[in-house]
Amino acid sequence: MAEFEPIIAAFCCQWCSYAAADLAGSMRLEYPPNVRIIRVPCTGRVDSLHLLHALEKGADGVFISGCLIGDCHYLSGNVMATKRVAHIKDLLGKIGLDPERVEIFYNSSAMGPQFVQTCIDFTNRIRALGPALRGKVVRPAA
Amino acid sequence: MAGKDSKISGSVMVVGGGIGGIQASLDLAESGFFVYLVEKSPAIGGIMSQLDKTFPTNDCSMCIISPKLVEVNRHLNIELLTNSDLLDLKGEAGRFQARVLKRPRYVDLTKCTSCGECAKVCPITLGNEFDQFLSERRAAFKKYPQASPAGYGISKRGIAPCKAECPAHISVQGYVALTAEGRFQEALKLIKEENPLPAICGRVCHHPCEGVCTRGQLDEPVAIDSIKRYLADLDLASETRFVPEVKERKEEQVAIIGSGPSGLACAYYLAREGYPVTIFEKQPMAGGMLSLGIPEYRLPRDVIQAEVQVILDMGVTLKTGVSIGQDVTMAELRQQGFKAFFLGIGAQECLKLGVEGEDLEGVYPGLDFLRRVNLGETVHLGDRVAVVGGGNVAMDAVRTALRTGSKTPFIVYRRSLEEMPANEEEIEECREEGIEIHTLVNPTRVIGENGRVKALELIRMELGEPDASGRRRPVPVKGSEFVIEVDAVIAAIGQESDWACLGPECACTLTDRKTMQVDPVTMQTSDPDIFAGGDAVTGPRTVIEAIEAGKQAAVSIDRYIRGQDLAEGRSRDWTPAKDVPLTGHEHAARTPMPRLDPTTRISSFAEVQQGFSEADAVEEAKRCLACGICSECYRCVEACLAGAIFHDDQPEERLIDVGSVILCPGAVTFDPAPMEAFYHYKQHPNVVTSIEFERILSASGPYLGHLMRPSDQKEPKKIGWLQCVGSRDQNRCGNTFCSYMCCMYAIKEAVIAKEHSKVPLETAIFYMDMRTFGKDYEKYYTRAEKEHGVRFIRARLHTIHPIPGTDDLLLRYSDEHGNMQEEVFDMLVLSVGVKPDQATVELAGRLGVELNKSHFALTTPFTPVHTSRPGVYACGIFQAPKDIPSTVADASAAACAASEWMSEARWRDTRVRQMPEEKDVEGQPPRIGVFICNCGINIGGVIDVPAVTEYAATLPGVVFADHNLFTCSQDTQEQIKAKINEFELNRIVVASCSPRTHEPLFMETLQACGLNKYLFEMANIRDQNSWVHASNPVFATEKAKDLVRMAVSRAGLLKPLMEKKISMEKRALVIGGGVAGMNAALGLARQGFEAVLVEKEAKLGGLSRDLTATIEGQDIPRYLTGLIQEVMENDKIEVLTESLIVGFSGVKGNYVTEIMVGPAMYERRIRHGVIVLATGAREYQPTEYLYGQDPRVKTQLELSRQLDLGGAEGLSQVVMIQCVGSRNEQNPNCSRVCCQTAVKNALHIKDLNPETEVYVLYRDMRTYGLLEDYYTLAREKGVLFFRYNPEDPPRVTISSDDLLVTFKDHVLEREVEARADVVALSAGMVPEDTEELASILKVPRNAEGYFMEAHVKLRPVDMASDGIFLCGTAHSPKLISESISQALAAAARAATLLAQDTITLSAVTAQVNPDLCAACLVCVMSCPYEVPRINEQGVSEIDPALCHGCGVCVAECPAKAIKLNWYEDDQILCKLDALLEGVL
Repeated sequence: MAEFEPIIAAFCCQWCSYAAADLAGSMRLEYPPNVRIIRVPCTGRVDSLHLLHALEKGADGVFISGCLIGDCHYLSGNVMATKRVAHIKDLLGKIGLDPERVEIFYNSSAMGPQFVQTCIDFTNRIRALGPALRGKVVRPAA
Repeated sequence: MAGKDSKISGSVMVVGGGIGGIQASLDLAESGFFVYLVEKSPAIGGIMSQLDKTFPTNDCSMCIISPKLVEVNRHLNIELLTNSDLLDLKGEAGRFQARVLKRPRYVDLTKCTSCGECAKVCPITLGNEFDQFLSERRAAFKKYPQASPAGYGISKRGIAPCKAECPAHISVQGYVALTAEGRFQEALKLIKEENPLPAICGRVCHHPCEGVCTRGQLDEPVAIDSIKRYLADLDLASETRFVPEVKERKEEQVAIIGSGPSGLACAYYLAREGYPVTIFEKQPMAGGMLSLGIPEYRLPRDVIQAEVQVILDMGVTLKTGVSIGQDVTMAELRQQGFKAFFLGIGAQECLKLGVEGEDLEGVYPGLDFLRRVNLGETVHLGDRVAVVGGGNVAMDAVRTALRTGSKTPFIVYRRSLEEMPANEEEIEECREEGIEIHTLVNPTRVIGENGRVKALELIRMELGEPDASGRRRPVPVKGSEFVIEVDAVIAAIGQESDWACLGPECACTLTDRKTMQVDPVTMQTSDPDIFAGGDAVTGPRTVIEAIEAGKQAAVSIDRYIRGQDLAEGRSRDWTPAKDVPLTGHEHAARTPMPRLDPTTRISSFAEVQQGFSEADAVEEAKRCLACGICSECYRCVEACLAGAIFHDDQPEERLIDVGSVILCPGAVTFDPAPMEAFYHYKQHPNVVTSIEFERILSASGPYLGHLMRPSDQKEPKKIGWLQCVGSRDQNRCGNTFCSYMCCMYAIKEAVIAKEHSKVPLETAIFYMDMRTFGKDYEKYYTRAEKEHGVRFIRARLHTIHPIPGTDDLLLRYSDEHGNMQEEVFDMLVLSVGVKPDQATVELAGRLGVELNKSHFALTTPFTPVHTSRPGVYACGIFQAPKDIPSTVADASAAACAASEWMSEARWRDTRVRQMPEEKDVEGQPPRIGVFICNCGINIGGVIDVPAVTEYAATLPGVVFADHNLFTCSQDTQEQIKAKINEFELNRIVVASCSPRTHEPLFMETLQACGLNKYLFEMANIRDQNSWVHASNPVFATEKAKDLVRMAVSRAGLLKPLMEKKISMEKRALVIGGGVAGMNAALGLARQGFEAVLVEKEAKLGGLSRDLTATIEGQDIPRYLTGLIQEVMENDKIEVLTESLIVGFSGVKGNYVTEIMVGPAMYERRIRHGVIVLATGAREYQPTEYLYGQDPRVKTQLELSRQLDLGGAEGLSQVVMIQCVGSRNEQNPNCSRVCCQTAVKNALHIKDLNPETEVYVLYRDMRTYGLLEDYYTLAREKGVLFFRYNPEDPPRVTISSDDLLVTFKDHVLEREVEARADVVALSAGMVPEDTEELASILKVPRNAEGYFMEAHVKLRPVDMASDGIFLCGTAHSPKLISESISQALAAAARAATLLAQDTITLSAVTAQVNPDLCAACLVCVMSCPYEVPRINEQGVSEIDPALCHGCGVCVAECPAKAIKLNWYEDDQILCKLDALLEGVL
């Protein structure tokens, strides 16, 4: 059987982390291709439901990456996102999914290498955890 | 417009693209002026772009500057002139003509896609200036990854001397550089651009390139010729030799007479152009002199044959044994259809000695002898052979004689060795082979016996004056004749051509020297179809010159056949690059050419020189100093699929009409190298400057943000910062000023370093005075010490010693008590100061702008941004050392000053983008077009773009999908437009690079087709895919499909969004009638905007009414009187005194403020578009030190008034106490101005009464920037400064009516008691009470009651709410000059709004659905900007004019009643659905 390749969704704010991901490209740094980035204006826009939706639809992991704390372009959006991630982690534990599947990171637009490390570390983390719902959900017959 | 104003230009030039220039440009462009931003480097951003974090917020510097970089670059009304200098400025304010030199970039920015392929193939590595030389970059480079403009550029110093000197102008440095990288094939190809015979030249070239090689000035020249030979031999030995591509075949035949180097070269270049070429050679073999003149031991025949074969493989026909003129005539060839001829017949007829006995048997012409041997004949010369001559033919003859059996052949030459024209190696090899060279002798007679040579009579020569060749002329020494017995004599003193080929049909003519007369540039003879070159034209010369002649003739022949002008554009300036630095290179000996042993080689014709090994070639190539920087290897040209690179880019001068000029050329950091003996900066890698340390900390820096020290890349455990390097130092560097920002950046670096470090890091800052005087800086300092554990050590440095055997450094210093201390550090950071560089000083000189003694622009306290030249303004560090917030404020101030008198020309020069009316696509089913970019090979080289395109076409809603080489190119934009119209597309997806850089461009394309710009979505398949997954093309392609699918799904759900426009009430409300408020009002009024100035007191003037003079001696009351008068008289300004703000409503552009005016308190409602807050501050009323209890205890303001009114008579001792009401628990900040006030008053006292003793008791003297000079002056005048600790402050007591001050002297370590006539308390500043105002306006203040700006660094005079601005001491304590500057800045910022008729609001805002809203207040509480409010209907309402569009409320709303336009829930969730389609 082929090695498990996690599917990971990442919400990156357009000011810092999306720029960090671009910088990783400019610097030609490599990371596993498992991460799919979705651009949001601010991590504060990422709804708890978005995180749950990702997992529900079969993502193996989902993370948010925003500005460094204190540097949010909108003052405190990343603080709100941090709270929501903590809340969802709590919730996941209760429904039997590993809270480690959801995370928030902070990467400034100058932190291309750190963004790469984030992707490597998170992919490794999810790889170790194995699939979330994929292969485990039995769909009711239509 | 009529009158003289019509001539005023509506444009402004800003010089310097640092953050100051950026801010000034944006302010001006936004307020209706066209801006030319002149930047000397290839990208804007200045020093700020190099910084890691910024104090005091620790914001990422790049995060906050990069949006501005992009904004400037894309602004319709800013023209960015990079690599440019302002040369001079003619005319007068309003009507300047600026002459700008744009230095070549060698890259067309309109085509460059910033893909970086050029840098990948560039073989030249050099220090990366941006990383302070801690990393390397290529000659083709981008200044930094986020650079704006984003394009690449090429560094050139000029033409490398080797290339300039080479007659064929081969890019020598280029092939050497490629060789150094092991790129041999590319190197060979490059050589063959200019020289078709490298294997031959690699053996026999006289290599003038090596003669001028700069490496020779250092040790020995690079062995260029041997490298070339290695490359050529490698190619000839390979299975598939390099054969140049031949263009499409042409019809016109060309005949080449002679197959020597010139003929072969001519044939090669013509064949490459596609011409059918026939070479006619009279000898049985090709090569001319190469085959018949040069012996085989130097140039093996198979080498010649191999290189000739390549030419034949290109389709050239060779006919040997054909004598033109005999076998066939030129006339016949013309008849046969040959359209042009090249005569490369060489010079093979030997010149005679011209002495008696020359016809005797045994006297041979040198070339005849060589030709016979080379054709295989056996020639017996006898044992003793005299070869006459000093050229290569002579050397060849004498060594050939040795090899054909002569025992003692020798050379007879009439000049000395130095003048000998033969190659040095030849002479050397002769010697190795035991051949004697007799110099300064000349034959006078050949003596014969029986018709055969027996002896040679020679005469000794001496050298006289130089002749026409520059060599000293040999003169016979009378009576010095002598005779040597010889068996043969070979005359090798020169050759001439045999012109038998020319028949009567030829009109071409010969010179007196029997060479062909040709045009020196085109090589054309008097016969238009006959061209000539090589020895036939020049007389005997070198192979490489012949090759060049053949090449040039080929160019001419091609042009001749095509009927083009032969001469046009063919002269190029070959002046070599100058000023190549010779330092920083270790001695490296030239790799010797291995040769056959002399004893064995003389018995055969085996090749003497054995050639380089690969290792030799690479090693030798690495010795190249890269004189030209760019080696002109042209690999980048080939790599750039966008065709953006042009190496012959030329400097360009432009004349530009502008009304004003703003100078902000910035500064350079101090170079500690001149103080090497003390700092060891150059020698010791672990002594770095602060700017180097910024790069070390930076995540995109040389160590990718890992804190390491340079010497061994280990993590340091202990770092020390040394303050005031190049500042406050008259003795060692002459910089008397304080550099303003170093204390803060050192603290920041220490804090950030601790955060970065994986191991516990100890940090220590060694300083004289800690100057943290800015807004909230003192708090930062305190936190660094108390929370982060940064050590602060007040010290005098003694010495720095590198510790042998380690990379550590021993710092010796004397502490505050005068005790010597020692500490070992892993690294030392020099906190270097700043100063305008020499180029800036010269710029000021050219423009006639006066500088002060420290080379900063001369300005006055009341006109802080005006230079000495009217219409020219200064800001940033050019004006004085300052930090980023002050630079930004000054930049806006300069923008205000520059446009104050240009308001008539507002919008005159600006451009407007015209867009067609929008189509209504609402309700239409999506018709999506997908455009996928190859980005040259940046995407297409990794991702299977055709497969992704094919896939995209199958996605729901997609009606068109295609891929392009460069989607961002102008022609693709046109194609996209055509496809939008053709397929009636109503949603567009572009899969290419990043929306951060390219979204606006594509959105414009949509708009140009009448599509709403929000119907657009991008998939980032380059920066976030092909660039990061280059080694995983299969996955990358799958990922690209996912990203495109996700983008298409979102595109299908996008709706057109309308950007609301609101009108602008063109009036400002300025609150506060002090110096700041009045200046702000005037700044606006002078620009033609109305201002209502509201002052709560009865009189204007504020705090300044209590001030007497500035430290520079400027009269403040006089200034104030003038200012008030100007305000009162200005008909654009309405002054409301004794007025209070009581009500406030509205949004930016349309505010309504209610004011209770005058003693009568009647109500006014003012409609206005913007607000400027200038509520000011006042002096703290002390409660300490008996203030208020004893009249002799005064504040500094009271003292200055006393001095003004009553002088200093009767004052024998004055004691000043600093930091009263500042830097304590109640007010943790520094009040910034008090140290200079104390110095000012102390100086005033000393002026009035030099006998008065003045003591200043201080904690840190914070005379920042240029104020430091006054501190120095005060000490010189005898003012005594004593430091006190806050834990042990001075005590003021009264004893027998004497006022006594007791304090501790830290040097003497004892208590000192001083009697004082006056104790002057340097009372801090406190803001005016604005609590109520803040609550009415809903604007934030900090803990001390100062208003809080939107962003400390980059928006210092903006409040977070758009349309509200801030200036003066309402922001923080500051000097009057700084208040004026901020006031003008606030006016400039306000003008960016007031200049507009309408303001376009962003469409990306939150919107409440009232039907769903439960008025739960979650949105109200969660909004970072307090925008949502519960309206009259009892539901939440979000004003789009106030909403910033973050979406926090949307995510928080429990009822899901709020949506964020363009980021609606379904527009986000659909991406997840698309990504995860079918995985469960």
